[in-house]
Amino acid sequence: MADRTELYDRDESFAVNGRPDRPGRGAHHGSGHGSHLAPFRVPFIDGDKTLAQVTDEVCAPLERKSTLAWKATFAVAFTAMAIGVACVAYQIATGIGTWGLNRTVGWAFDITNFVFWIGIGHAGTLISAILFLFRQRWRTSINRAAEAMTIFAVICAGLFPIIHMGRPWLAYWMLPYPNSRGSLWVNFRSPLLWDVFAISTYFLISLVFWYLGLVPDLATARDRAKSPLRRRLYAIFSLGWNGSTRTWTRYETVYLLLAGLATPLVLSVHTIVSFDFATSVIPGWHTTIFPPYFVAGAVFSGFAMVLTLMIIARKTLRFEEYITVRHIEAMCKIIIVTGGCVALAYGTEFFTAWYSANGYERFVFLNRAMGPFKWAYWTMVGCNVLVPQLLWSKKVRTNVALVFVLSLLINVGMWFERFVIIVTSLSRDYLPSSWSGYSPTLIEIGTLLGSFGLFFTLFLLFCRALPVIAIGEVKGVLGYARGARKGAGQ
Amino acid sequence: MRRDSHGVPGLRGSPRRGEQRRLMVAAFRSEDDVLAATREAREKGYEIVDVFTPYAVHGLDRAMGLRPSRLTFACFFFGLFGLVGALALQFWSSAVSWPINVGGKPWNSWPAFVPVAFELTVLCAGLGSVAALFWRARMFPGRAPCLSDPRVTNDHFVLVLAQSSAAFDADEVRRMLAPHDPALVHERVEDAP
Repeated sequence: MADRTELYDRDESFAVNGRPDRPGRGAHHGSGHGSHLAPFRVPFIDGDKTLAQVTDEVCAPLERKSTLAWKATFAVAFTAMAIGVACVAYQIATGIGTWGLNRTVGWAFDITNFVFWIGIGHAGTLISAILFLFRQRWRTSINRAAEAMTIFAVICAGLFPIIHMGRPWLAYWMLPYPNSRGSLWVNFRSPLLWDVFAISTYFLISLVFWYLGLVPDLATARDRAKSPLRRRLYAIFSLGWNGSTRTWTRYETVYLLLAGLATPLVLSVHTIVSFDFATSVIPGWHTTIFPPYFVAGAVFSGFAMVLTLMIIARKTLRFEEYITVRHIEAMCKIIIVTGGCVALAYGTEFFTAWYSANGYERFVFLNRAMGPFKWAYWTMVGCNVLVPQLLWSKKVRTNVALVFVLSLLINVGMWFERFVIIVTSLSRDYLPSSWSGYSPTLIEIGTLLGSFGLFFTLFLLFCRALPVIAIGEVKGVLGYARGARKGAGQ
Repeated sequence: MRRDSHGVPGLRGSPRRGEQRRLMVAAFRSEDDVLAATREAREKGYEIVDVFTPYAVHGLDRAMGLRPSRLTFACFFFGLFGLVGALALQFWSSAVSWPINVGGKPWNSWPAFVPVAFELTVLCAGLGSVAALFWRARMFPGRAPCLSDPRVTNDHFVLVLAQSSAAFDADEVRRMLAPHDPALVHERVEDAP
């Protein structure tokens, strides 16, 4: 018994900000846990697993032959990506005149896609860094896949501004390097250049954060790999990891540092993306609400995408006991909060437009709701404001199929949010003589399709090649609901 | 007798060239067992080479008497380097090397330099701390893992003690470890590299 109290002490000292106990959640998880059940804790992982079981089950998708479902999904994703590659090749060869842009609407599909994909990435960092700092240990089941999602989404996002340049082979001109033009330096006062630094920093830090988290799991995969090739590959990337506590201590220090760095980073990235709009003088863009509005929207859309991916992954990879309904519920709650922020931002924009008594500003917002793009506006409001309200009901949050559909709708809504912001403001600026419409060409639609293809192709390959769940971190929370952690090892 | 965080990064590396070192390797099945065994070994003054675990066991660093990592300082200095470097680059290129009038702003319009300075601070601090970790913990691609137990990355927790003095009594150590329910205790001779 003395041992047990000591364990509780240790657990509580670990949970600096979080609540180590969750009173009120009830003790309904009694079955299968035997006598060592702490009455006030609900386990993060179902099935009362042993350590070896976690290793076996998480590594299983890497070691078995790919299923028919995986192959079929991969074929679809790869085809979509191939269509995108063809469209991009055509538009690079011909020029961006292949798009539906005109002199008034100079940004449309491509920048919408850019902002959309960057936003998707933000949920991954929120889960891996911000929830880590808040000691939300339920994140361990989903952080690996969410971080992978971040990286793939940032890859998709980064492609659009580069394609948009029209001469993507000169993309390196955006970097400040000594050159034979004088040296003519980049314009550090331009938000578009800030974007270059923000997105590339975000990509590199996310990649390193993800890789660092993978190292111990790569070692686990290495030590159980049967084929010599796999063993060798995992050995190269696991950097000689042997589980030494000296290394773990340093590793955890650096992990915490990276989480601390990634937290302001993720907020800065979408802030800077919103500066692309907010520092201009276009009506409807020139507002101070944009940074928080964009960050909330990014997390909102990102969590919807995490839900979409996790619901597919838990089903196809048989991870229902790791990514439990409680995890889905927790993510739904974050969606309610961030969806509320987004709804508040929509309302505030209208209020500010009215209160400003500025005719142009008022016109822009009335035009959004009642102009030629009202269908896009009301799609956005329907998907982003109304749909999340269903999640207040526990019945809805625990109905996985329904949550999946809602997450898709939110993804659609958030894509339209960016489309509405960009296209409605540009198409109706201060001079009625320059007003113009916009409709995308097939090339633009093909490019958007291609970005989804790239995203899902990368994600599916990730599911086959790397542990989708952070084995080392999940093992650390196995004993959470147990009175003594001793059971974890047996 | 105890050795703190200096040296001994893995099983290899500690004994001097040409020397041999006798080790006592004990594998446990749970973190509680290895924690208790480590605490007891340290209290009794045995030299703990290292403890190998499949996940980060909290409290084990204290049980081993490890000092907190100094990598936080590395992070700070890398971040400082990024911040100063970014501000210097932006000031020099915008105000000294080729000043260009952008919207009538002053050459050194420093508020516009804040976003890039922030991003480069984070970039340098992040990449620098990871590089420092890899350097300090000697992690590099293709390094041969030196495993204390084949199941250490799966479900075994391994305490490795060094038989550092003539007074080391293997049987006594076995007796000390027995109440902590070890799965395996064996002696191993480690050759110097």
